[in-house]
Amino acid sequence: MSRTLNWIGQALLYGGFAVALGVFSRWPIYHPLASGMAQIKVSFIHHGLRVADCRPYTAEEQARMAPNMRKSMKCGRERSPVSIEVDIDGKLALRHVAPPSGLSHDGASAMYQRIDLPAGEHRIAVRINDNKAVAGFTAQREATVTLVPAQVMVIDFNPDKGGIVLL
Amino acid sequence: MGACGCFLMRLRSASTSIESPGAVSGTGPSFTASLYRVVEHALDKPFGARANPLKQLGAIGFLLLWLLVASGVPLYIMFDTAAEGAYRSIESLDLLPWRLGSILRGLHRYATDAFVCVMGLHILREWMLGRFRHFRKWLWITGVPLVVLAFISAVGGFWLNWDRLGQYSAQTTAEWIDALPLLAMPLARNFLYPASLGDRLFTLFIFIHIGASLFLIFGLWFHIQRISRARVLPEWSLAACLSCTLILLCLVLPVHGQGPADLQIAPAALALDWWILFIHPLTVATSPAIAWGLVLCTLGLLLLLPFLPTRLRSPVAVVNPDNCSGCARCFDDCPYSAITMVPHPDRLDGLHLARVDAAACASCGICTGACPSSTPFRHDTILETGIDMPQAPIDSLRRQLRQGLEEMQDSRRLVVFSCNKGATLLSPATDILHFELICAGMLPPAFVEFAIRAGADGVLVSGCREGGCVFRLGQQWMAGRLVGMREPHLRSSVAQDRWLSVWADPGDEATLQDAIDVLRRRCDARIPVIAKEMMQ
Ligand code: HEM
Ligand code: SF4
Ligand code: SF4
Repeated sequence: MSRTLNWIGQALLYGGFAVALGVFSRWPIYHPLASGMAQIKVSFIHHGLRVADCRPYTAEEQARMAPNMRKSMKCGRERSPVSIEVDIDGKLALRHVAPPSGLSHDGASAMYQRIDLPAGEHRIAVRINDNKAVAGFTAQREATVTLVPAQVMVIDFNPDKGGIVLL
Repeated sequence: MGACGCFLMRLRSASTSIESPGAVSGTGPSFTASLYRVVEHALDKPFGARANPLKQLGAIGFLLLWLLVASGVPLYIMFDTAAEGAYRSIESLDLLPWRLGSILRGLHRYATDAFVCVMGLHILREWMLGRFRHFRKWLWITGVPLVVLAFISAVGGFWLNWDRLGQYSAQTTAEWIDALPLLAMPLARNFLYPASLGDRLFTLFIFIHIGASLFLIFGLWFHIQRISRARVLPEWSLAACLSCTLILLCLVLPVHGQGPADLQIAPAALALDWWILFIHPLTVATSPAIAWGLVLCTLGLLLLLPFLPTRLRSPVAVVNPDNCSGCARCFDDCPYSAITMVPHPDRLDGLHLARVDAAACASCGICTGACPSSTPFRHDTILETGIDMPQAPIDSLRRQLRQGLEEMQDSRRLVVFSCNKGATLLSPATDILHFELICAGMLPPAFVEFAIRAGADGVLVSGCREGGCVFRLGQQWMAGRLVGMREPHLRSSVAQDRWLSVWADPGDEATLQDAIDVLRRRCDARIPVIAKEMMQ
């Protein structure tokens, strides 16, 4: 009798373990994005402009350099941070300043941000500044987009592809 | 004789004159240990003490790992390692005959879930039983990176399917890593456009999944380095039943892909594997920074645990070169690989000598029980053995046994050698001479015969339940020695009805008491027989 009970006990424990594995490997259903919502991903990798313009070395500076190292133009390496602003339906949804990467601040600026918003028609305005010497913005774009539920729209910045990209 | 009229010779108690100042006296089980034992004992009933899964969680972990390797190799062979074809190749597993595809895929998934679950239980068990300090420090610390590797490999596996779940997991993980100020370029940018997900990134996924698994296997080798005869496969019945259960689960609840990944569509409803991917909802519900904090604090706490202030450590085993013949029995029996055999410094005849690594030694005394020089039948006035425990020298055990038996006045004289990690003798009596040992395995079996020859009517040896020895192998070795299956053995000429062994954990005090009563009845049945024999 007790042997039978032990078998039943074992079967129940194996069964319980299997149920726990099976159930929690798929349930409860997870909703990363609420129904009726869409997503905008704002991201870019962009080199800001150099902070200082190149200028010729003065004669004094030239004299201080080793003869084999002499150059005619002095170029600062530091780049401008890249700032971005995104308005959705006239309201500011994102403002971010991406500093240049690298120890000498001479690398690209990069950013990534995800925004969830209700699906439907939206007026999107994007403004970018990649030159801190310029007040205001160096690139702007405005568009009306219609997003279906769960659609992902990307806002990127790529001067080779015409500047601000909405995809 | 104590005030209650019984002999209680706790070899490790403060009353024993030979005890060294650093010794730890017998400590009762902690609250967490008692709590854990309730659960473990409940499972002893249906499975039997030996096959209880809770006592072999590490071994089950290994079994699951082998199941993962066995199902992973064919999956990899059929897998298209490019982002384009990955999903299709996994889905085409459904075309394999006899539902082999479901079994392979399901086994790989469910064995991973089970592995994570068993690993969690393994950590919980060792923590609740307080097994993370002193000589176990290495075991514990080498365990912690295994948790990280297990999760990296498991999460990375989901990306390889490249279905919506894989897409969500890869993207969320990238966003989570981007929250750390480590990388100049956000990883999450890799998931902006379908075209940006190159095959090179996919090769990285494969490298993460398989690389972390290989590191895990390598790390496991380190983990069990300091354990001799580590149990890396569970009882065969358990292994068979568990494997069948998992296969059955694959057939009843097959694992399916959740639609091909599409970076232009955000997954909105996912059948999440909560065993492994719980970290994503946790990050969303809190914040990436809080999730990092939680993960790092948990790992930090785990790493810190063995260094928290604790009780003094017991003295470790000491080798006496004059009494060591180099037979290596202590080396064979030591559960924590704390003994090495080195050339004897004073002998030129190639003889070896045992050497104890103090950091690895568990102070269990199993080596003393294994040493042939520990036999109490030696004629020396002082019993010096090859390897001894300073807090409980074998000579003191012999002396107190002799003396105690001489002083006993009861018509029935029982000797109880009990392990002080197992069940406690609750009701001392005038017919019991009781010795508490550090571990049952510490008792040289010849002491049973010695006690009988010195006047004991019966001898009881008690220790922890099967599979539950605090020092891993003490119970197993002692049981083997008593029945002549392991050296040094109890001579078969010792009458079987004069001794008894009982394996009882803390909480099993009644079992210990019952065994004593059995021994009493046996003695009572025998005493008239002996009296009759003497009259004839
Ligand atoms: C990755 C999964 C792991 C596996 C497969 C595994 C496997 C094992 C095995 C086979 C043993 C030897 C058991 C024996 O023969 O007595 C063991 C012991 C041990 N493990 Fe693990 N382990 C894992 C993870 C961990 C982790 C994460 C920790 C703690 C942070 C840990 C702590 C310990 C301790 C303290 C012992 C010693 C037990 C004793 O001395 O009685 N293990 N493990
Ligand atoms: S006391 Fe235990 S751990 Fe230490 S050397 Fe002896 S058998 Fe090994
Ligand atoms: S068992 Fe005893 S005699 Fe044999 S090697 Fe160990 S200490 Fe030496």
